[in-house]
Amino acid sequence: MALAKRIIPCLDVDNGRVVKGVQFVDIRDAGNPVEVARRYDEEGADEITFLDITASSDDRETIVHVVEEVANEVFIPLTVGGGIRTLDDVRRMLNAGADKVAINTAAVFNPEFVREASASVGSQCIVVAIDAKQVSAEGEPLRWEIFTHGGRKPTGLDAIEWARKMVDLGAGEILLTSMDRDGTKIGFDLPLTRAISEAVSVPVIASGGVGNLDHLADGVIEGKADAVLAASIFHFAEYSILEAKQHMAERGIEMRL
Amino acid sequence: MSSTIAVVDYGMGNLRSVSKALEHVVSADQRVIVTSDAAVIADAERIVFPGQGAARDCMKHLKEMQLEEVVLRAANEKPFLGICMGMQVLMAHSEENQGIKCMGLYAGEVRAFADEALASQMQSLKIPHMGWNKVSQKQTHPLWHDIHDGSRFYFVHSYYVDPADEALVAGTTDYGIDFVSVIARDNVFAAQFHPEKSAHDGLQLLNNFCRWNGRL
Repeated sequence: MALAKRIIPCLDVDNGRVVKGVQFVDIRDAGNPVEVARRYDEEGADEITFLDITASSDDRETIVHVVEEVANEVFIPLTVGGGIRTLDDVRRMLNAGADKVAINTAAVFNPEFVREASASVGSQCIVVAIDAKQVSAEGEPLRWEIFTHGGRKPTGLDAIEWARKMVDLGAGEILLTSMDRDGTKIGFDLPLTRAISEAVSVPVIASGGVGNLDHLADGVIEGKADAVLAASIFHFAEYSILEAKQHMAERGIEMRL
Repeated sequence: MSSTIAVVDYGMGNLRSVSKALEHVVSADQRVIVTSDAAVIADAERIVFPGQGAARDCMKHLKEMQLEEVVLRAANEKPFLGICMGMQVLMAHSEENQGIKCMGLYAGEVRAFADEALASQMQSLKIPHMGWNKVSQKQTHPLWHDIHDGSRFYFVHSYYVDPADEALVAGTTDYGIDFVSVIARDNVFAAQFHPEKSAHDGLQLLNNFCRWNGRL
């Protein structure tokens, strides 16, 4: 199989600026999304995801300009998530130059939105972001549920069933984040990743918990992920994208090098 | 209008990326125009025919906007680059949407990946075929200039073309099966992948297209 597994750096954007620290020695303005995106592209990123964390809805327009500017210069696939609630949001992002939009909370509150969006712009443009947390106790069969509000609010929805439902409604890809692992740097929740990836027919992007390059490789080899997403290990220049890809290739994974 | 590159807008997907990528590589005397105006398409020096979405909708829009004929004529006359659905609808027929008659520039069928590919694999294949895959070059072609054989391009699709005439095949890609990812004949070059999203090699291909005289 020649299809490469993908590495996707994720940038948190607040009011038009990249936050959570991005460090490159030769970059003039580490907060500028265009410069950061250009740099990741040069390092060989397979896609770039922007997560808009702007709190005020008045400032949402800024992410549109960010996407426009990046899309004018960076010719790899771009995904935008955060605050996508209406068909109008979806269209504005795609018209600005995004290739895909990630729908998260809005899918939980209104699953039909996923159907509406994919019917309107095509499944290939619709990523459903799933935030899952383990709910089974020690010794019980593993079970995960969908959580909202940054992992604080349970929904009672079983993660595997939810993923299947999202694909049935038209999701072209699943962005799966383990809320247990997010920010921990101890690696992906591999049983969760594998369970979701084997349950759905569309590609699955693993997210949450990456602390080193072996974690990325594990996500693909053991988690069966089609792509791996990471933020901090790239932002703080602990590793370059190229190093990550070389390491994954050394572990026998098909990569674009 | 002699140096116009017309990107055909028939309401199927976002053409901003295609036009921006072209603008990135055109020479100073070339102009990129996204258009649904048949006269502009007829007058343009070269044509880019993109598209995403379903075959039924693509054909419906082409007919409703009365662009089928002018696009077909362009495909017989001047440098013509089909991308993704813009490649698939050049064929005679597609399996998609319970069977759709397409433009019929070339004999052949557009097929779904699903069954045969899945059956040949121990591990199930994800559909759509999404991501960076290798293209084996099957013709020497001006559009492959400065692009290594086996280079990776970005794909997103669930259907692939199966031309009746093997001489059309300019590139193949392995996804469970070896499928035709590029066709070329005379002034037409059409790719299943997205050159506008394929980083350096994609831009190189667009650059080659902008300088191509439409001959082999």
